[in-house]
Amino acid sequence: MTTRIGVVTFPGSLDDHDALRAVRLSGAEAVPLWHGSDALSDVDAVVLPGGFSYGDYLRCGAIARFSPVMTAVVRAAESGLPVLGICNGFQMLCESHLLPGAMIRNASRHFICTDQRLRVESSDTTWTCDFTAGEEITIVLKNGEGNYVADPETLHRLEDNNQVVFRYLGNPNGSANDIAGITNERGNVVGLMPHPEHNMEELTSPSLDGRRFFSSVINFLATLV
Amino acid sequence: MAQIIVDVMPKPEILDPQGKAVTGALARLGYHDMSVRQGKRFEIEVPGEVTEEHLAEVRLAAEQLLANTVIESFDVRVQH
Repeated sequence: MTTRIGVVTFPGSLDDHDALRAVRLSGAEAVPLWHGSDALSDVDAVVLPGGFSYGDYLRCGAIARFSPVMTAVVRAAESGLPVLGICNGFQMLCESHLLPGAMIRNASRHFICTDQRLRVESSDTTWTCDFTAGEEITIVLKNGEGNYVADPETLHRLEDNNQVVFRYLGNPNGSANDIAGITNERGNVVGLMPHPEHNMEELTSPSLDGRRFFSSVINFLATLV
Repeated sequence: MAQIIVDVMPKPEILDPQGKAVTGALARLGYHDMSVRQGKRFEIEVPGEVTEEHLAEVRLAAEQLLANTVIESFDVRVQH
C-alpha cells in the first residue's frame, strides 16, 4: 500500500506545493490538508510546510497553532504520527509545545537565504533514519526568524536525550548550540529551519539531501506494517 | 467600556534584535544613551467594570496566546 503523506496548507503557506511535490517524487501519495478542517484523511504522516502562516501575525506560527487542523495534528503526534515541521512548520511545533524552545529574529537581523551545510546529529527519528549520525549535508535555508532559543535546562535535556537532530556548520543566525533541528522524546516529531523539500531535484538544488527525509519516513512506516 | 492592557516584552536574557535596530537608528539621529527593548501592547475591551474574573481570564489568554512565555513575559493591568 502506498504511504500517504499529508501536507497542510495554511493561509500564507508558501512551500506547501513544493512539499507535496517532494512527497510525490519520493513515491508516496501526497495528500493536501486544509488548516480549517480537523480531518487528517487517514494520512500516515504530516508535513507542516514553510511560509508565513496567518501573515506571521503576533508571532510566527502562533495563530496557526490554534487552527482546527493543528488540534488534530497535536493529538495524532502525541499518539505517534510522524510529523515534520519545516521552517514556519517548526515554529508551529514550538508554539504547540510539541517541541520545546522558540524562534526569535536572526541575530544578524538579516533575512538569510543560502545553501546551508548541516551535520546530522541523530538518525534515531522517523524523518532521519536513512541518514547516518555525523553525516554532513546541504539543505536550503531561508528565513528571518530562525534563531533557536531555549532555557539552559531545556538545552541540557535536548543534548542529553540526543534530541538535537541537525546542527549548523557555521551558525548563520545565532541559534543556541548551533541547533538547526530537534525532535521530541519519542522521535516522531521533527522540526527544522532548513527546507528539505527544496533539495529534491538536480535542476534546482545543489544537493539531493532532502530526498532522504522522505525516504526515511516511508521506510520507517514500511517497517510498521 | 473598560479596558485591560497587556504588555508583552522579550525576557531580559533573550536577544531583542528589533530593539537593537531601533537603538541603532536612534543613535544615528543623535539620541545617544537610549537603549531600547521592543515589546507589544494589547488593548482589550470588556463590557462594564473590570472585575477580578476579567483579569483572571485575560491572564489566561495572555499565557495561552498573547505571549510565548518561553521567550516573553507579560503584565496585565487596568486602564483608567
